[in-house]
Amino acid sequence: MADVISHDTAGAAPLNRTRLLEGPQGAKPKRAISPRNIFIYGTLLLVSIYYLLPLYVMIVTSLKGMPEIRLGNIFAPPVEITFEPWVKAWATACTGLNCDGLSRGFWNSVRITIPSVILSIAIASVNGYALANWRFKGADVFFTILIFGAFIPYQVMLYPIVILLRELGIYGTLWGLILVHTIFGMPILTLLFRNYFTTVPEELFKAARVDGAGFWGIYFKIMLPMSLPIFVVAMIIQITGIWNDFLFGVVYTKPDVYPMTVQLNNIVNSVQGVKEYNVNMAATIITGLVPLFIYFISGKLFVRGIAAGAVKG
Amino acid sequence: MTSVSIRDLTLKFGSLEVLKSLNIDIDEGEFLVLLGPSGCGKSTLLNCIAGLLDISDGQIFIGGKNVTWSEPSERGIGMVFQSYALYPQMSVEGNLAFGLKNARMPKDEIAKRIARAAEVLQIEPLLQRKPAQLSGGQRQRVAIGRALVRDVDVFLFDEPLSNLDAKLRAELRVEIKRLHHRLKNTMIYVTHDQIEALTLADRIAIMRSGIIQQLDTPNEIYNRPVNLYVAGFMGSPGMNFIEGEISGAGDSIFSFASTQIPLARYPFVQEDPPKKVIFGIRPEHVTCGTAAADEPFIVDVEIEVVEPMGADTLVWSVLDGKEFRFRVDGQSQLHPGQMIRIGFDPAKASIFDAATELRL
Repeated sequence: MADVISHDTAGAAPLNRTRLLEGPQGAKPKRAISPRNIFIYGTLLLVSIYYLLPLYVMIVTSLKGMPEIRLGNIFAPPVEITFEPWVKAWATACTGLNCDGLSRGFWNSVRITIPSVILSIAIASVNGYALANWRFKGADVFFTILIFGAFIPYQVMLYPIVILLRELGIYGTLWGLILVHTIFGMPILTLLFRNYFTTVPEELFKAARVDGAGFWGIYFKIMLPMSLPIFVVAMIIQITGIWNDFLFGVVYTKPDVYPMTVQLNNIVNSVQGVKEYNVNMAATIITGLVPLFIYFISGKLFVRGIAAGAVKG
Repeated sequence: MTSVSIRDLTLKFGSLEVLKSLNIDIDEGEFLVLLGPSGCGKSTLLNCIAGLLDISDGQIFIGGKNVTWSEPSERGIGMVFQSYALYPQMSVEGNLAFGLKNARMPKDEIAKRIARAAEVLQIEPLLQRKPAQLSGGQRQRVAIGRALVRDVDVFLFDEPLSNLDAKLRAELRVEIKRLHHRLKNTMIYVTHDQIEALTLADRIAIMRSGIIQQLDTPNEIYNRPVNLYVAGFMGSPGMNFIEGEISGAGDSIFSFASTQIPLARYPFVQEDPPKKVIFGIRPEHVTCGTAAADEPFIVDVEIEVVEPMGADTLVWSVLDGKEFRFRVDGQSQLHPGQMIRIGFDPAKASIFDAATELRL
């Protein structure tokens, strides 16, 4: 064992040690194909196919012409690829008297979503900050009422809000719907922001007060720069939620300002004429593109937001 | 001149009284340490002085001004927190400038003050870094710098060393003391570590459940604790306590079991002591072996456990049926089971009334 030099104890006599040449040593080998792996990847594959098959059918159908669809083989790839249905869905499909396709609904939805998202997040973040850091009198009662609001079914409030909007003179307008989205976003968003701000160390808040920063000073200079992740999460929740909303859109707006989802329904469910499956498929995909895009670019943050809002609350 | 005065300060959370009618006067340039176990109200008191908690009753004066209702930033205080509470998104320079910007100070004045503070604390090379890129000691210096640039009268420290490892804590303790000598500001320092308290303080206030037990110099608190609680809290390993009785009028004698300790040299603060008392002696005031021969009280004890701690060794022994600890030199060779002669001077002891627990 003369060639084995011990590095353990400097200056000490070299240890007389040797390894067993047989038997396990070093890192434990991993097998690529084991029952465990087969089970895990098999399940994942199966579930993926289950979820992706409808999407495949939609894309394939939207690229076919009507004669090809009538053959009835929904899984077959298109023989002759045509983008006609997409163009029609976007620009010329008819809903009621308007024949300018989904484009009108798309822009309506954009004009509803952007102000609603900005307004609701701005108000909810200040709410959450005040509830977490400035323990004002009645804060607990206020918070309880707000959370309770999240559990009241929307249907109960539909008609009272119709009356409310009518009295305000904004029933059937974009701003009426924006107001509704802002109000209904409040409970979950306030909870989300409150939970986030309570995780910011209290000493940081105290230090800022000693440094002479007030309510808004601390909010804008200390809290906002620290809470970008939660703002992104709130944006994802609100953009997808408001974009996908159908109920409020159909109740509180008129045909001129219908959001995209309502218009999609009107296109797909129109009873007169031939059912144009390819156009319907294209219209549905177009409508779903915005949330899909948001999910794709922010998957990780979204999961984190769900966890922060739901589990800790 | 008095720098900070607290008059009848009371704080209630609902019906729970956290601080009970506290009165403290702190002289200008004094280093006061608030010491106590967790939950005794020491940090709460500091937050009240800083204005971060609204008090229920009483008054607070800082620099002769009544600041009872003032905002924290108007009180002329700077605060250093346990977690340092540096603003993570700002550079060190931004952290130092934040308070000054809020006070709408001109830019060149801000730059001048930051330069001075950075020089005092030796953090000039760090000014452009973010707090996350600093070590614990550097962060603490920046936190002190944040109070320094604001040119405050009073520094408040809320357990600033508790987050550090033992070695760094010892280093920064000295550094805080050095800083105090240099700046000569009034400093109020909260800690639960008695070594920090003894080494740093001009005066120590020992607190227990919202009441100050004793407010005095470290030497007085260590040698002449006013009650059993203070005696037990200060010193590690703690004081030996023996319950017994006092007999004899003039040259009284403390007796328990079959042991009798003469108290002729003990300076009683009370003329007529009660019968039932608790006798306390610190382990480090006991001598052993041949040196014990000169002590007024000598006894033989059996060694039970020996704990060598490097510089010295703690010996657990049995004195007439009672557990008795004493400290000997680190090089002494003692073994469990061995009989040894120990002695001490009762003048160094502390005697408390068994009923009221107050010093006699």
